[in-house]
Amino acid sequence: MDDLYREVIIERYKNPLYKGELDPCDIRFEDENPLCGDHIRIDLRVDDQNRVTEAAFSGHGCAISQASADLLLESIIGKSLDEVKALTKEDVLDLLGIELGPVRLKCALLSLKVLKAGVYGLGEAPDDLVGEGIE
Amino acid sequence: MLSVEEIRRQFPILHRQVRKGVPLIYLDSAATSQKPLQVIETMQRFYQLMNANIHRGVHTLAEESTAAYEKAREKIASFIGASSTKEVIFTRNTTEAINLVAYSWGRKFLQPGDVIILTEMEHHSNLVPWQILSSEKGIRLEFIPVQEDFLLDLDVYRRLLELRPKLVAFTHMSNVLGTINPAKDMIRLAHEAGALTLIDGAQSVPHFAVNVRDLDVDFMAFSGHKMCGPTGIGVLYGKQELLEKMPPFLGGGDMIKKVLLRDFVPNTLPHKFEAGTPAIAEAIGLGAAVDFLQEIGMDWVLAHEQEITAYGLERLSEIPGLKIFGPDASHKGGVISFTMQGVHPHDVAQILDQDGIAVRAGHHCAMPLHEKFHIPATTRASFYLYSRKEEVDLLVAGLEKILTIFG
Ligand SMILES: Cc1ncc(COP(=O)(O)O)c(C=O)c1O
Repeated sequence: MDDLYREVIIERYKNPLYKGELDPCDIRFEDENPLCGDHIRIDLRVDDQNRVTEAAFSGHGCAISQASADLLLESIIGKSLDEVKALTKEDVLDLLGIELGPVRLKCALLSLKVLKAGVYGLGEAPDDLVGEGIE
Repeated sequence: MLSVEEIRRQFPILHRQVRKGVPLIYLDSAATSQKPLQVIETMQRFYQLMNANIHRGVHTLAEESTAAYEKAREKIASFIGASSTKEVIFTRNTTEAINLVAYSWGRKFLQPGDVIILTEMEHHSNLVPWQILSSEKGIRLEFIPVQEDFLLDLDVYRRLLELRPKLVAFTHMSNVLGTINPAKDMIRLAHEAGALTLIDGAQSVPHFAVNVRDLDVDFMAFSGHKMCGPTGIGVLYGKQELLEKMPPFLGGGDMIKKVLLRDFVPNTLPHKFEAGTPAIAEAIGLGAAVDFLQEIGMDWVLAHEQEITAYGLERLSEIPGLKIFGPDASHKGGVISFTMQGVHPHDVAQILDQDGIAVRAGHHCAMPLHEKFHIPATTRASFYLYSRKEEVDLLVAGLEKILTIFG
């Protein structure tokens, strides 16, 4: 466990660097994990090259979902939207540095799901956006 | 006088390790209880020696299995104080039992505008079936509020009864708050107002003596798997004169007396409501669970759980930032739901799991209740006849560890 709750995860949960709202913003999307009620909204600003200049998330949830949102947003600053679209489940798990069972995987991948649905401009966030193994 | 250790010897699973060197501390009995050897072996013996489909068979095995299935029904009828086995309908679980009443009684006897009274502390299984009925037939649902002290507001209940409801359906004991509702008084008041009553006994029947005749309740639903029995078997108790008037729920084999090409004559009670091959081994297993509970005595079970719960409430309230959702021990059964400041319930449950402690985190199928308290989820520890004070101590130690991780 001490693995699952690595220092970086607890630290990012308690003191997130990207928590907040961007108003106005270019891309906004929100969704929740009905299982545990975790809720995440992501706001992005992009430049004229479609590169992410600023990112923020708001909402509530467990340490895994909140830390993964914070680490994910940190990793996309300066990336193009095409690069964001190419992000996978493995990228998020690498950021977290942990292995997760199917239930907590949903927590970890909620932010990626929200991010990709926002970037694709979708009306809703289908689970298959972030790869297999999450239903 | 029985010892908890003697009882625990009956439950093989309580002696397993979750991981090497980490014994199981099972504090999730409100979700499902563990099963004693007596139940496991009864079901195994059924399959090894007796297995056959019930009713209509003339061969020896069919006669034996039919007798065993009907014997289980007798045991359950006597356990809950039913007047006759005709009043004990086997279902899959509490949920199916409540749906049976909503579907069969509700569709036949309710008219648009009729009122059903529920409470704010219902499990989804005593909420959604009535919502479905409400949207289909234009039934009006009203709710008895939960007060600050986590008890039902009985003054509001009395006022709601002036609406002359057709049914009052409520949980005997909340699976989140642990609140034990004053069922007998509530039923009497409902009857005085001309309403029928249904109690969700999923959390009461396993934990203390419940007598349907003493309560004078019209319908009661409960699940085998929460009372030392197997999954896949539950019970609907209904007063015979009501069940007689209700149309069948599911159609098919066993529930008929006679079938023509375009018509059928339903079977007599209780078979009218048991379409198709039932969960035979599970019913017999539930009969064994009832024997087991009766040998120990429901008064012992209640006293034991009260002692553990009182101790748990006392120990948990020592933890800084921990908030308990539920009334004081005198109104409460063996569940303690709580939040910890700054730590999500899922993280609490996950970290406890590393020490082998099984608790549940989430909304426990009572989303409206959580919304009322403005929380997405709680962590719940729940106790049963095999729970020990030492396990409460281990829970507290685990929670203290969480405080240091998140502190
Ligand atoms: C109060 C209450 N009602 C109903 C249920 C539903 O029981 P089942 O899932 O066995 O139908 C439960 C169990 O989760 C419960 O605690």
